[in-house]
Amino acid sequence: MTLTATPPQQAPPTQRRPIGSSQTSVERFRKTITYVLLIAGTAVFVIPFLWMVTTSLKTSQEVLAYPPKVLPATPRFDNYPAAWTSLPFTTFLINSIIITGLSVIGNLVSCVLPAYAFARLRARSRGALFALMVATMAIPAEVTLVPTFIMFSKLNLVNTYWPLFLPAWFGYAFFIFLLRQFFLTIPQELTDAASIDGAGHLRTLWSIFLPMSKPAIAAVAIFSFVGNWNNFLTPLIYLRTQNNFTLALGLSLFKGQYETQYNQMMAVGIISLLPILIVFFLAQRTFVEGVRLSGLGGR
Amino acid sequence: MAQAAPTLELPGRRTRRTSPLARREARAFYGFASPWILGFILFGGGPVVAALLLSFAHWSLLSTPSWAGLANYRKMFADPLFYKSIGNTVYFGAGSVVLGVVTSFLLAILLNQKVRGLGFFRTVFYLPSVVAGVATAILWINILQPDSGLINSFLRFFGIKGPGWLVDEHWAIPGLILMSVWGAGNTIVIYLAGLQGISPTLYEAALLDGAGWWDRFWHVTVPMMSPVIFFNVVTSLIASLQAYTLVLVMTEGGPNNATLMLGLYIYRQAFEYFDMGYAAALSWAMFALIGVVTALQFVLARRWVHYDA
Repeated sequence: MTLTATPPQQAPPTQRRPIGSSQTSVERFRKTITYVLLIAGTAVFVIPFLWMVTTSLKTSQEVLAYPPKVLPATPRFDNYPAAWTSLPFTTFLINSIIITGLSVIGNLVSCVLPAYAFARLRARSRGALFALMVATMAIPAEVTLVPTFIMFSKLNLVNTYWPLFLPAWFGYAFFIFLLRQFFLTIPQELTDAASIDGAGHLRTLWSIFLPMSKPAIAAVAIFSFVGNWNNFLTPLIYLRTQNNFTLALGLSLFKGQYETQYNQMMAVGIISLLPILIVFFLAQRTFVEGVRLSGLGGR
Repeated sequence: MAQAAPTLELPGRRTRRTSPLARREARAFYGFASPWILGFILFGGGPVVAALLLSFAHWSLLSTPSWAGLANYRKMFADPLFYKSIGNTVYFGAGSVVLGVVTSFLLAILLNQKVRGLGFFRTVFYLPSVVAGVATAILWINILQPDSGLINSFLRFFGIKGPGWLVDEHWAIPGLILMSVWGAGNTIVIYLAGLQGISPTLYEAALLDGAGWWDRFWHVTVPMMSPVIFFNVVTSLIASLQAYTLVLVMTEGGPNNATLMLGLYIYRQAFEYFDMGYAAALSWAMFALIGVVTALQFVLARRWVHYDA
């Protein structure tokens, strides 16, 4: 992933003192404390994941052993296929991929276009509409949940994928805002040059704005992917028959049916996290940049 | 842009509006913005208005809706579970935001000390917030298990008998708060960006004045970071009000409604009891709660947030 904006790598210079001055031992002490605290923090953040992995490899007896065992006597890798086949998880996985894929594409298309409009095209009501859009970010999802459900149920679309991905094709204020902030940094001269060459707005957007906004677009794609993949509430409300379930819904179903099978639960949990982990490690910088973009937009 | 030389009578705006070029640009604007405009009508403003209308009706989805007047709101103000859910929501929100903001801010300050392996630490702190979902909710059920769970096993190592986290009425919300702090690492990235934006000259000036590390922290770092802290407080508080989906997986609102959040109560009324009118009234109460809390924060912000030019 290439980034045009500088990633937050360099820290501001702390006060340098000449080597050998009386302050160096104080400095060294401070450095040590810093690392000790950071490593302690790392342990707190990482151990739950390690616990998840070791639990997934234990036998059912070891999971409930008292006092608990840190490591299984022998790792039980067959927990994974056993858990995966106890419910139709392959079907759930395919459903998750379809719904998430359609939502990510929808988010990208339906957010890039309005972002371009808000960044570059002038119209009398642009300011008012933009303010309205920013205001909608404060609407809690709960308020729209019930009327939206009624609408989809009147359209007989409950227990289909439509309610899960269709809203993604109609813009999402936060993503539009993020993209628009990025588009504003693209010099006007470039657009002018393109329009002199006779390029329409779609051409300008496609051949100038999109290539120059890769970090922001990647951030939107990734946020959308993670959000939809992890989404639990709307599948829970709309999906009724098991064959339509997503991974998140399947996991909660598993939890309901095999209350104490923590080893198998952790196994399917880990599998369900793999796509996100892969995307995260491949596009980590984009993630960080996206969070920075959104955070500093609030300043 | 300012009109440099106004023409005799026609105001600049009028001239612009009638120019065919401007009209074409405006048409393009509406065309490009149309996905969001339609979305606002279908999935944003429209449903918000519909929810308001619905809150004055009785409707179970199967019957025909009937006018209820203020009945849903009267029911709400007499409903002990409504008050309980508000209390739980505020308790969880305050706890997770305060603990999350303090922890993340301190970790960001540590990361800003020119440490080696910055990328590694940042990944570690950020990762839980990315994977937060049903899988990690199930993980935390296990971690918070009173007997064989990770936390109580750790406490037992020091001879402390851990509480019954998710199964004890008084410890259920603290347990959820712990989980939420673990998942709040995304704010560290925002703090770090803010910290790196503080001009070193401020610290140099403070040093010249003989300020110690505490003074530099309290009189330079905190005021300079206050807009970023404010942003994180507002956004994480709103997020915490909606954290009930994981609660649904972990405790289903129990034990004895100790983790019944307002969002969860709305879900229950709408999709378990099919009382759409009452659910809509509750959702407007939630809207109002968020509005009040956010407005309050903006008022308080005048006292402690410094916007530096």
